[in-house]
Amino acid sequence: MYRYDQFDHKLVAERVNQFRGQVARRMSGEMTEDEFKPLRLMNGVYLQLHAYMLRVAVPYGTLSSVQMHKLADIATKYDKGYGHFTTRQNLQYNWPALEDLPAILEELAEVEMHAIQTSGNCIRNVTSDQYAGAAADEIDDPRIWSEIIRQWSTFHPEFTFLPRKFKFAVTGCSNDRAAIRVHDIGIELVRGKDGDVAFDIYVGGGQGRTPMIGKLIGEAISREDLLAYLESTLRVYNMSGRRDHLYKSRIKILVHDIGAEEMKRRVEEEFVLVKKQGVLELPQEEVDRIRAYFEAPDFEALDDECAELTAVMASHKRFGAWVNTNTAVHKQAGYAIANISLKPIGGVAGDASDEQMHIVADLAEKYAFSEIRVTHEQNLVLAHVKKADLFALWETLEANGMGTPNLGLITDQIVCPGLDYCALANARSIPISQEITERFADLDRQHNIGELKLKISGCINACGHHHVGHIGILGVDKKGTEYYQVTLGGSADEFTAVGKIVGRAFTEHEIVDAIETIVEVYLGLRESPDERFLDAYRRVGIAPFKEKLYADT
Amino acid sequence: MPILKKGEWISDEWISVDDETDLPATGDVLVSLTRYQENTAALTARAGKLGVRLEASEAPEAIADVVGSFDLITIDFPAFKDGRGYSYARLLRERFGYTGELRAVGNVLRDQLSLMWRCGFDAFHVNQSITPEVFAESIGELTLVYQPTGVTKDTIMNARLK
Repeated sequence: MYRYDQFDHKLVAERVNQFRGQVARRMSGEMTEDEFKPLRLMNGVYLQLHAYMLRVAVPYGTLSSVQMHKLADIATKYDKGYGHFTTRQNLQYNWPALEDLPAILEELAEVEMHAIQTSGNCIRNVTSDQYAGAAADEIDDPRIWSEIIRQWSTFHPEFTFLPRKFKFAVTGCSNDRAAIRVHDIGIELVRGKDGDVAFDIYVGGGQGRTPMIGKLIGEAISREDLLAYLESTLRVYNMSGRRDHLYKSRIKILVHDIGAEEMKRRVEEEFVLVKKQGVLELPQEEVDRIRAYFEAPDFEALDDECAELTAVMASHKRFGAWVNTNTAVHKQAGYAIANISLKPIGGVAGDASDEQMHIVADLAEKYAFSEIRVTHEQNLVLAHVKKADLFALWETLEANGMGTPNLGLITDQIVCPGLDYCALANARSIPISQEITERFADLDRQHNIGELKLKISGCINACGHHHVGHIGILGVDKKGTEYYQVTLGGSADEFTAVGKIVGRAFTEHEIVDAIETIVEVYLGLRESPDERFLDAYRRVGIAPFKEKLYADT
Repeated sequence: MPILKKGEWISDEWISVDDETDLPATGDVLVSLTRYQENTAALTARAGKLGVRLEASEAPEAIADVVGSFDLITIDFPAFKDGRGYSYARLLRERFGYTGELRAVGNVLRDQLSLMWRCGFDAFHVNQSITPEVFAESIGELTLVYQPTGVTKDTIMNARLK
């Protein structure tokens, strides 16, 4: 993975000192909370319902075991012994004290981590495919390009006060695991005419109040032009994006208002001029330098078949189920990609205790070249594990509450923090999620249902990605009572779709039954166990679900 | 409010003239973009220096071809969160070749100075708490940059490639 050189190190160290000064000026009263707000936000510090929250950047979701150990230590020392992995592949601490923040940032800097641009109206942490470098289907490793974008966007002086926050996602293959079409800019690596890596640029996707699917604006942009193209797009947005209304300021609204064609015209007009200046041309040398950090680890030459594994799978049902759901095909024979579920039945999606973080770091050292990924679906991944090691790995995970074989199943949910933490939320998300996982706890039942992505947001800002859930749940507040609105048919992959509202919202007492009804309707109408919920929904539409849900009203 | 230019206090000799007031016979005048566009001939014929005020909603393309007419361009930041002026500054400096004084006015705070500086502003309308010492400290906090912008062409990438 990427390692800082002397320049990256120095910049982050200077940033820690700068923030130390800002905190001191806030604490002395020299700065008002209003003036401090954008500064702390730029350093990932939010004021939540009960306390400050610190969001630590995990660039494109890749962590070393050393970094994971440090995150665990910070959770022990400065927080309540746990952290929360987010849909931006970041980690949040929910209970740090303001005066401890500079010390925490200093400790993070020791392991090449920071909280830069994890909030504020700037370019946020770049997210990517959690299977990068391990997936058989990628054109190139998206982390290389994510790192280049990370550096270009870090403290970009022109784009620090954009109309609104700005999120990038990069995928290395057409099979999209990074939800690029619901990002302000989504990038898909493609082959250019010359056979080199090139970039399709989708602009104006997003969730929130007004979900939109990104439009393909830049096609097969070449390596040397990548940064010039991105800078041009950001400049058009910075100069013409709306600033009069918080909810109309994202780039998706600009693209929607002027149309994709006009957006493309404006970006290209700017791009010609930026390119002419030449200073942003991305040199091959720098790409090669960064590429070297992401070279494949020293894999052993193995047979892809692992008799040992097949035997244990047959004799150990829960482990067998875990291999089937939680591992994915690796490009290297004899290896697998192992997903660690942070979604135990009745747990808090994405939470990990300090002890669990240490265990994952140890396992990464032992079995996975000391490297860990965070997924936007709030799980962890060990990207390169020998098939022969999977059982030992899983046994340790299982013993520590991380061996649940539920990846992609109904209990593997994206869940925002909701009203238990968040100042913006209208309703609680976590308890609803917990009740649903308990209702569907039976593993055979979950596996029978098959792939079903359920996503829960506690308010219209959609941090829980409900719009793109196969089943989405949105918490709303009606005269002081929490209600839950259900959407069906959303998807965040290469066939991105926004879910449709099924009908009137449910109370907290009705919502779990409603979800169960939806699942039962699906089971009753699917053509075969291979027809996933989403496929069945696309075939039959919303009507059969609606009919059953509101039969008595 | 005082003006800090290139890190030093300067006295502001410019006469800011609103759109309804007659131009003074002598002296350096600062006018709105509208006034400049309506009275270009008269303004450029005057003996004194000429400056123009850009509001946050006024992109500098309007003066792209005539930046040489001005010795001062001010860009307004109605709120520090309104970042349009950063793009305007870069266009003026890097694309249109403006070399005169580029002054940030409005809600100009300490922690935005280095960003403005890097985009090409060299003068700042600030409150008294921002002394030359504070200014130097502020723009010296981060000494390395990843992006080539404004006056800073020495990027981390260039240093690596050397």
